[in-house]
Amino acid sequence: MTDQTQNPSAAVTGEATRRQATRNRGLFGLNKKDTSLLIIVAILTMLAPFLLNPFPEGSSLAQFNAGYPDLMQRFVIFGIFAIGFNILFGLTGYLSFGHAAFLGVGSYAAIWMMKLLTLNVIPAIIMSIIFAGIFALAVGFISLRRSGIYFSILTLAFAQMSYALAYSVLTPITGGETGLQIKSTDSPLLSNLQPGEIGRANLFGLDMRSSYELEVGNWLFTFNAGYYIAAVVMLLAFYMSIRIFRSPFGMMLRAIKSNQQRLNYTGLNAKPYTLAAFVISGMYAGLAGGLMVAMDTQVGPERMFWTASGEVVLMAILGGVGTLIGPVLGAGMIKYMENIISKINDNVLHQWFAFMPDGIEDFMVFIIHPFIGKGWHLTLGIVFMLVVIFLPGGLVEGGQRIARLFRRDRKGGGVEPDAADQRKTPAE
Amino acid sequence: MDAIILQILNGLDKGSAYALIALGLTLIFGTLGVVNFAHGALFMIGAFCAVTLQRVLSLSTVTLDETKKDFLGNPVKVETPYVESWFGPEVGATLIEWSVPLAILFSIPVMVAVGFAMERGLIKHFYKRPHADQILVTFGLAIVLQEIIKYFFGANPIPTPAPPAFTGSFDFGVLLGFDPFTIVYPYWRLVYFVFAMLIIAGVFAFLQFTTFGMVVRAGMADRETVGLLGINIDKRFTIMFAIAACVAGMAGVMYTPINSPNYHMGMDFLVLSFVVVVVGGMGSLPGAVLAGFLLGILESFASMAEVIDIIPGINQIIIYLVAIVILLTRPRGLMGRKGVMEE
Repeated sequence: MTDQTQNPSAAVTGEATRRQATRNRGLFGLNKKDTSLLIIVAILTMLAPFLLNPFPEGSSLAQFNAGYPDLMQRFVIFGIFAIGFNILFGLTGYLSFGHAAFLGVGSYAAIWMMKLLTLNVIPAIIMSIIFAGIFALAVGFISLRRSGIYFSILTLAFAQMSYALAYSVLTPITGGETGLQIKSTDSPLLSNLQPGEIGRANLFGLDMRSSYELEVGNWLFTFNAGYYIAAVVMLLAFYMSIRIFRSPFGMMLRAIKSNQQRLNYTGLNAKPYTLAAFVISGMYAGLAGGLMVAMDTQVGPERMFWTASGEVVLMAILGGVGTLIGPVLGAGMIKYMENIISKINDNVLHQWFAFMPDGIEDFMVFIIHPFIGKGWHLTLGIVFMLVVIFLPGGLVEGGQRIARLFRRDRKGGGVEPDAADQRKTPAE
Repeated sequence: MDAIILQILNGLDKGSAYALIALGLTLIFGTLGVVNFAHGALFMIGAFCAVTLQRVLSLSTVTLDETKKDFLGNPVKVETPYVESWFGPEVGATLIEWSVPLAILFSIPVMVAVGFAMERGLIKHFYKRPHADQILVTFGLAIVLQEIIKYFFGANPIPTPAPPAFTGSFDFGVLLGFDPFTIVYPYWRLVYFVFAMLIIAGVFAFLQFTTFGMVVRAGMADRETVGLLGINIDKRFTIMFAIAACVAGMAGVMYTPINSPNYHMGMDFLVLSFVVVVVGGMGSLPGAVLAGFLLGILESFASMAEVIDIIPGINQIIIYLVAIVILLTRPRGLMGRKGVMEE
């Protein structure tokens, strides 16, 4: 089978592009469009400390800066989580409402690896992927016997069970409500910690928390080791997902989504393919969980609660299900909103509307007040509803529509990189 | 024996709540074919109707009582609720104490309005979209509704006591000839169970014995044919949606004395109610009620100390475990109809 698969969102791509795609398979075995998408994403993630910090320190807009390590790490880690979820939901159409369970299992595996064997993050991450994969295999084997809403409920049931167990009975393994942290009493086998010294996650001696700070004028840019490691992993995960999307396997998954019955009639058994997709997507979630532990060396059961599973669904939908860049966009958008909107308070609003007459100023603040600060979930809910109602393709579809407005004359091609450009917009 | 009876009784109130929510969910699914993730939010709105009414009734005027002095010698501030000054102290105080049952009357118009607004404003546009889209948009709506409630009422649970006539417990064991104090059961839970049974019976009677109900049942079986007969089935289904919203709302109102309402109570119940619906069988009303009570009672059995000793943690996961087993062995659920939700 030749590489004729294409993203449904880019269905506008004509026959000519398709032929071109098969002819020149460039870098990394990707066609031209995907290569440029990958390169753009790579550049954006590598330059993120600059791009996400466009406002000088101390200015009134500095609170919109997202270029601090903690938030940037969350961007890429949840990006991985959402990419993995998208491989399942976007390609096969199976809506899992229990994906956070795999994230949690991965996290627990990683922290035990760090507690017992070594503080190096590589074995921890590998273990998190393996454990999440095994767990996903078991859950998927059972859940995939049903489809549609039954599948959603089954995955939800498994995730809630894992949460409840981690919270109560499995306390010796999971630490119960308090969760697990690396403590001064832990002495991993392959580390030479002084007694009483609290171990830190590292990569061959490079501390995850070490940062290089660059001051240019009023700007302060932070380059964090943990972020760059997570970003490289995210790029690898992203590359993998492009390959899966463009592979015969990915095409098979799309066939399952569009009409499983017809697939069965042609004599193909869809189950191994969906199961494989489920396990892959569970491994992505485990990878995200492992990275989370690598960054902050702690884990608690609330990571597996069903709202966490709901969040990744929101991310994928918001960005654009079934598109390559969509989930990353959605994850970045939600995490950005969570951090920035919840930081805005009434004083900030008063500053913004200071140019208005007093009465109108107070009125504007009164109107916007419920949507900011602690009310950011309300904003999220409303944005999410609007996206589902008016823009089922998510931000990527929005980007495509805008792109189409601007260049009616040029047909198709290169729409996705446009969507990728949006990644910058929240910070700009 | 007495322990078993006690556990069955304990399971009844939670089971009643599951059954009422699952009944509403199934009504909506059976009529409109919509998977409503915002149904838990309706339950929560009902509960907050009770909170609102309680607060409205206890609105007070503050007067200074010159006859009493506090320790600084200033006149004591006395709060007199408006209802007490209007209807006299006794009637007023009784009104405030009975705010939860009164809230049922208050909740009906509210829930009907909310139900109509939801169906006409949002869900109507999602009939033709895939189930995943319906789940997602109602999930978003649930988040929005619960955040609105959180904005107005705060994040903490708000205690709403039952009327004093029902606050005690009664010794059920004596009635059955056991020793005193073996089976003690709070009055309000009994009230809740009776109330739930009445509502369930009411809904079934409405569907079974009225012309309106007959048309709705016909529409559930074959929507197109009913439409071809010149009956405006959409309008009736909208009314059914409002009724389902009402059922969820009233279940919420009556549940407030058992558990103080907070903004995420709806979501907590929703997840379990979906499991209940799936166990009962998608689209089967008796199945939903049966599964609701069954799972409620099972849950209370699983939380017995003797059971937890044998299988620790079973009380946390029993419902999900049962759901998984049922879905795998009886894919249609306990009483599921053929051809519902099957691709």
